Amino acid sequence: MTVTTPPPDPARAPLTVSGAHGEPSREPDGAYLDHAATTPMSAAALAAFVAEAQRTGNPSSLHSAGRTARRAVEEARETLARSLGARPSEVIFTSGGTEADNLAIKGIFWGRRAKDPCRSRILVSAVEHHAVLDPAFWLAGHAGADIVLLPVDGDGRIDLDALRAELAAHAGETALISVMWANNEVGTVQPIRDIVRAARPYGIPVHTDAVQAVGQAEVDFTESGVDAMTVSGHKFGGPVGVGALLAKRDLALDAVLHGGGQERGVRSGTLDAASIAAFGVAARHAVECLPDRAARLSALRDDLIARVRAAAPDAVLRGADPASGDRLPGNAHFTFPGAEGDSLLYLLDSAGVQASTGSACQAGVPQPSHVLLAMGVPETEARGALRFTLGATSADSDVDRLVAALPQVVARAQAAGLVSGRAIGGMA
Amino acid sequence: MRVLAAMSGGVDSAVAAALAVEAGHDVVGVHMALSRNRDQFRTGSRGCCSIEDAGDARRAADVLGIPYYVWDLSERFEDTVVADFLSEYEAGRTPNPCVRCNEHIKFEALLDKATALGFDAVATGHYARIETREVTLPDGGRRTVRELHRSPNDAKDQSYVLAVAGPERLARAMFPLGGFASKDEVRAEAAKRGLSVSAKPDSYDICFVADGDTRGFLQSRLGSRPGSVVDVDGEVVGEHDGAYAFTVGQRRGLALGRPAADGKARYVVDVQPATNTVVVGPAELLSVDRIAGEKALWFDGVLPAAPAPQVGPPSLVEPLPLAERVETPASPAAPRPLVEPVETPADVVPDPDGWFDAEVQVRAHGVPVPARVRSVAHLDDAYGDGVPEDARSASSDADGVNPSASAMEIELTGTPLRGVAAGQSLVVYRGTRVLGQATVSRAWRSAASQ
Repeated sequence: MTVTTPPPDPARAPLTVSGAHGEPSREPDGAYLDHAATTPMSAAALAAFVAEAQRTGNPSSLHSAGRTARRAVEEARETLARSLGARPSEVIFTSGGTEADNLAIKGIFWGRRAKDPCRSRILVSAVEHHAVLDPAFWLAGHAGADIVLLPVDGDGRIDLDALRAELAAHAGETALISVMWANNEVGTVQPIRDIVRAARPYGIPVHTDAVQAVGQAEVDFTESGVDAMTVSGHKFGGPVGVGALLAKRDLALDAVLHGGGQERGVRSGTLDAASIAAFGVAARHAVECLPDRAARLSALRDDLIARVRAAAPDAVLRGADPASGDRLPGNAHFTFPGAEGDSLLYLLDSAGVQASTGSACQAGVPQPSHVLLAMGVPETEARGALRFTLGATSADSDVDRLVAALPQVVARAQAAGLVSGRAIGGMA
Repeated sequence: MRVLAAMSGGVDSAVAAALAVEAGHDVVGVHMALSRNRDQFRTGSRGCCSIEDAGDARRAADVLGIPYYVWDLSERFEDTVVADFLSEYEAGRTPNPCVRCNEHIKFEALLDKATALGFDAVATGHYARIETREVTLPDGGRRTVRELHRSPNDAKDQSYVLAVAGPERLARAMFPLGGFASKDEVRAEAAKRGLSVSAKPDSYDICFVADGDTRGFLQSRLGSRPGSVVDVDGEVVGEHDGAYAFTVGQRRGLALGRPAADGKARYVVDVQPATNTVVVGPAELLSVDRIAGEKALWFDGVLPAAPAPQVGPPSLVEPLPLAERVETPASPAAPRPLVEPVETPADVVPDPDGWFDAEVQVRAHGVPVPARVRSVAHLDDAYGDGVPEDARSASSDADGVNPSASAMEIELTGTPLRGVAAGQSLVVYRGTRVLGQATVSRAWRSAASQ
């Protein structure tokens, strides 16, 4: 029996976007400096997505259409595992990074608690993404968890001594540790291997959110020694809406989504073959390209930093020194004294430069970043934050456009900051 | 022009933004976040402040194809509008938070930030008209005078709450709905453009008071302060949980133990914060024909100061030139107005004692009544009754400015008004045109009318 691909329906023609088989999906117009938010899909991933989306078949079905879809999923699982130094059986596909983080925090907590009711402590760094912090605090409110926020230094790097002291005092009550591989705002890479080394003697599982790291830094699941790792497709050229939790087979992990029992019964829900296929392709591509891309982006990023400093001399670079090697190659993050992030964002946007304040919004209102506050940045200065992040399609012309607009943008935003009277404390 | 369209999420501001776009302006939509805890505002009959409303504003901006941002003005809102609301009630006065919001938020915080960021004007969905006309100066030069006028839509007219912004700030404002005669027309314009807010219900309540329960809000913020309700002879007739929750003219919610001797309904006729006492009396006591207003401002073409009246110490009523009345910028960096204060020949000419005829309105949806009005520099015992007007005023002024540095006196010439409470905005009109604005500091009955 053969599976037939339905003939192309002319009405659906826009689905096969032009360039789907040759170029990456188009970057937004202007200078797009927000690749950490999302980055264009690679041409190969887009082609894989379109090819799979044109087929019909549920990967869980036992007939041939199902088998064809299942094959695409399993090939992607193998590709993803190989790219990230994991075994295929360690890959749990999810709807993205947020779901994988929720599964890790809640699933490991519940799994550990079921075996030992004393294990109520969750150790998370103070600079985690909300997808880690919020499930942890939800468990504190709903399941009796105790949250320990591990402090960081001025660069956003975790305080290992504080972690060791915490473990020495409370290892017996600790359910899990979660520390991100690299920070989404300031790009600081955490000493994951040291964290694993500290936790191993106590047998405490370590989860890491590597959403920002894959495609920007070398990430090897097995070699890192972590027990669980979150990855997300759209941060390195895959589609939005697909991610994975890599989890060791012996890790006690309770399900968050219950239903059809897919993905070892830990993550029920029909597998999204098209997204997963594209995810696998994108991961392979990102990892293959990493050495060249990291070198290119580092150079471009260093240029951006130097030219931003020249254009706005009072700008303060936040996060690890690029020369230390502890910073993602595509990340530059500044605070601009006396200016508010939303003013900077608007003025840059109207000059065709798309950046981010880096921190989470509450109903569209940028909040002072918990990451910067944890790093000891005063709130008035934290309000003037801007993050510039580079990716595969970034070019010199993006930096040109940014630095051409920046002096006037910063001057205007500082004038608006004076009027609004809140950022005055940060004036240099 | 670069225009910032303030978008609440309601139909009026969405259509105002659409009209600004269609007039060829370069428009950016901005939604003001006025509360830190916006979840609590998701329900009720408010239409501006919930997260859902922010989403409606965003969707309208999408449809219009304009950029959209949310600006966090919650701190300023709390420090000015909400703080004023609480302190005014605490002082036994009756604030109008929408007036204060226009004064401190829309036409100060928002407008100043917009100007600093390079915008030429702020467009809002208010129902009022700004009219300009050319006048000839004594030296033969010509200047443009800006006037604020009522909307032709009487039911929706918002000139009353806008007057406080004054001529200088309104020179940077744009009211695209000024010519609309009915809300239905505005809704039709919204529907025509595919704006999903076209059928959104109007909002009425104070945006930061959940469920419209002002008394409950005051109690939650100011606490319970039990005290007495007395009649005009000082006899205790009931109790209350806080004098701040009462407004002159109020009848409901008094919970009086026994009826009045004459069996007539009793109203709040005075609130005395110093002794936490609420005074009740018959309706007749609510009628007033004299009003003193503080923090007065005048629009272009209105003679700003009166010559010294014959009563009271003459030194207290020195005329102030218009230029000294306009608000000075709060900081050196505050943007300069696009239009300098205009020295124009006055077309409202007062009599030798400074009085001129006009109409006065003391409530948002009140009826304007005929009056004689004059501008004075101070209210210090302007009426010669031995009580300095400054002492009567409990209002504080955040800028440290003497609230009575400019003031106005009002004599109603027709029907007396009932229930005029201190703290309310009073707006002076001639026909549809706004001449000036002040805050009621005191209202009373003249001896002649008693």
